[in-house]
Amino acid sequence: MFAYYLDLALHSLRRSPVLTSLMVLAIGLGIGASMTMLTVLHVMTRDPLPALSAQLYYPHLDPLPANYPTNNDWGDPSDNFTWPDAMAMLKAHRADQQAAMAGGRVLVWPVQTGRLPFRVGGRYATAGFFDLFGLRFEQGRGWTMADDEARARVAVLSHGLAMQLFGRTDVVGRTVRLGDARFQVMGVTSEWAPQPQFYADAAGKGNYGEADRFFLPLATALDLGMSVSGNQASWKEGGKTSGYYTWLQVWVRLKDAAQVRNYRQFLVDYSAEQKRLGRFERSSQNAALYPLMGWLEHEKLVPGDLRLQLWLALSFLIVCLVNIVALLLAKFLRRSGEVSVRRALGATRRDIFLQFGIESALVGLLGGLLGIAIAQAGLWSVRHRPDSYAHIARMDLSMLALTVLLAIAGSLLAGMLPAWRASRVVPALQLKAQ
Amino acid sequence: MDIRPILAALRRHRLATLLIALEIALACAVLCNACFLIVSRLDLMKVPSGVDESSLAQLRLDCDGCNESDLNARALSALRTVPGTQAAAVVSSLPFGAPSGYAGITLDPPGQAERHYGTVPHFYAGGPAAAEAIGIRPVQGRRFSSADFQPSDGAWLPLDAPVWITRPLAEHLWPGKNPLGKDFWSDKYHFRVAGILDHLAQPEPGARGVATAQWSIFLPMAPGRQLAGNYVIKAAPADLPRVLRDARAALIRAVPEGVLDLDQSQTLGDLRHRYFRNDRAMAGMLVGVIAALLLVTALGIVGLASFWVAQRRKQIGVRRALGATRSDILRYFQTENFLIVSFGIGLGMVLAFGLNLALMSHYELPRLPLYYLPIGALSLWVLGQLAVLAPALRAAAVPPVVATRSV
Repeated sequence: MFAYYLDLALHSLRRSPVLTSLMVLAIGLGIGASMTMLTVLHVMTRDPLPALSAQLYYPHLDPLPANYPTNNDWGDPSDNFTWPDAMAMLKAHRADQQAAMAGGRVLVWPVQTGRLPFRVGGRYATAGFFDLFGLRFEQGRGWTMADDEARARVAVLSHGLAMQLFGRTDVVGRTVRLGDARFQVMGVTSEWAPQPQFYADAAGKGNYGEADRFFLPLATALDLGMSVSGNQASWKEGGKTSGYYTWLQVWVRLKDAAQVRNYRQFLVDYSAEQKRLGRFERSSQNAALYPLMGWLEHEKLVPGDLRLQLWLALSFLIVCLVNIVALLLAKFLRRSGEVSVRRALGATRRDIFLQFGIESALVGLLGGLLGIAIAQAGLWSVRHRPDSYAHIARMDLSMLALTVLLAIAGSLLAGMLPAWRASRVVPALQLKAQ
Repeated sequence: MDIRPILAALRRHRLATLLIALEIALACAVLCNACFLIVSRLDLMKVPSGVDESSLAQLRLDCDGCNESDLNARALSALRTVPGTQAAAVVSSLPFGAPSGYAGITLDPPGQAERHYGTVPHFYAGGPAAAEAIGIRPVQGRRFSSADFQPSDGAWLPLDAPVWITRPLAEHLWPGKNPLGKDFWSDKYHFRVAGILDHLAQPEPGARGVATAQWSIFLPMAPGRQLAGNYVIKAAPADLPRVLRDARAALIRAVPEGVLDLDQSQTLGDLRHRYFRNDRAMAGMLVGVIAALLLVTALGIVGLASFWVAQRRKQIGVRRALGATRSDILRYFQTENFLIVSFGIGLGMVLAFGLNLALMSHYELPRLPLYYLPIGALSLWVLGQLAVLAPALRAAAVPPVVATRSV
């Protein structure tokens, strides 16, 4: 039966090529535009570190004075840590793996003569950083807590920076000049670029596409007065090591629910203690612990423009579907005569409904295929846009499948009403009219 | 023309009529809002920088470990000897360049128990002749005297400085009051308003909302520590690209140990162009969506109108045989389309407003101006008439003899 209906559908589509191509084009355009946007949103909201994200948490304290404006245009200064608080988190050692960090851009001096120095972004971090996020080393290793204490002049380079500087990666023990100081290379990591760069300062929204090229001990960078990028806020005099200057990020890895519970309690207790000491002014209940994905959501790391585009694409898809309903209705009702003959010969209403349903699905399939082509063209143009996130916009297999599925489901839904109307055609009246 | 028979005919095709009207309504809603979004983007891109953009270029030099006074002296003398340079000065940053200092301000001195946080404006610091070079002058208040150019405290700005602030910022800080002579603080730094500027855009205007685009402060500062390495040159607009090229070369020759930041060493026109490229891309995408939307809507009208014409061939033939002219038939389909589209537009206006309200709550967009609605309506009427023209002409071409034929 199915094969017969399919045959009928193909026959009917071939009989009115103009109307058919109009419908396929409308579905293709709608699906193509929506899928382009959905794909971009999909790659931007995906898990940046699938292997570890379930165990990674961002603690949040609120050291701001009571009357500090909370809803400013600048994000929340308490998203970052002060130096004393970050160090207290690490010293308490309530998590198996933990690190404090800050971003920075420095001038890198070339090893070979005759080249110009260049600026690259990297991270100042405490020793636990590499284990915490599971970075792999191609050569050497990371520094130790003892190096942190000693403010050692050591550095870890990314694969890319090592290649750019030395043309090779077995460079442990060599010296690099970053900014004003010289550092001994301790290790070279494999390329590591989670998208978005979830662990960086959240005010630097759109941290897509950038990867850290070097890593330095946090205390060393602080000692050398190296410049820190990202949002920094202070509300009382005092420098980077004061308790009134937020600029650091702290991440911890917690294994199970009990550890999470304990850590949350620890944050509240710590805040309460600081409040007793008179340093914190706000409620200790402001302390919070965000899981990685929750943190991304909290910080709204997906650009607003993109959501707007998604809305546009979806309303566009709806317009296209309404259009399909109208066109299918026209197409099916035009064949009232044919329907009545079939009905008179014994076809049930269900048969008619099924026949037209299959025809709608076929239109949807063709539209979906066209939609994939249009979406690929759309993504190609997105990749050529200047936005920092644009170049990661690519369709994976699941999105391809979703495109076709959405097209077929959409046109089936759109075909429902016309098919039902066609199945209601009264045979006798139509036959008489002819 | 009597529209009653048309209405009667439409009533027999309620579903199809409703569908087309619904499509028009949706298209109307999306069209009005998308157009509004495009215009808002274009408006943002026209933000006045307040400086004499067409004749300015920025040059930036990284020189870690250089002596700042020596660096400034060498750089400025090199820039001033470039043929065509009308002025050269030290300035911490320029609109559309890399920002040099956003900082929060309070309206009362530090140490006070109850503090009023102002906002987070951008601070521009300029050396002698910088204001004249970039072409800003206060519309109220006074110019800076040479005594106003104090060195920084070593960390940021002078501890006590007269400033010019923009009118929008003044209005935000002291609504309805005369801002001249008012004091404000940032950390331990004290500022007093000496003049009001009409415009001076932030380096990243609109990045934190359109309202804050002009929240800038300009203050005089003696070049040296904290004010070195970033220069502005002025030249005749036609000459500027050539002067910039020569200035870059001159700067590299004068400060061989420094590193020229090519990315930032551009004309202000180029910096502006680069700053708004995302907005341009977004506007382009919206135009694409609108075009595709109108195309799809037109396709729907063509499809359905063709169906109706085919279905009514016989009736058309009868009307023609009874004396209706071709233009009668043509007008019938045009009027029918007009009625359906009007119905859709009526519905669409309500939808457009609803969509705008939703966007307003989610994306801090302003309210849709009412004049967008008639423009949207007009374009959809035109679109409908154009789309129905081909099927209607085909209908008008139906010969009267069809009436006499059996099927």
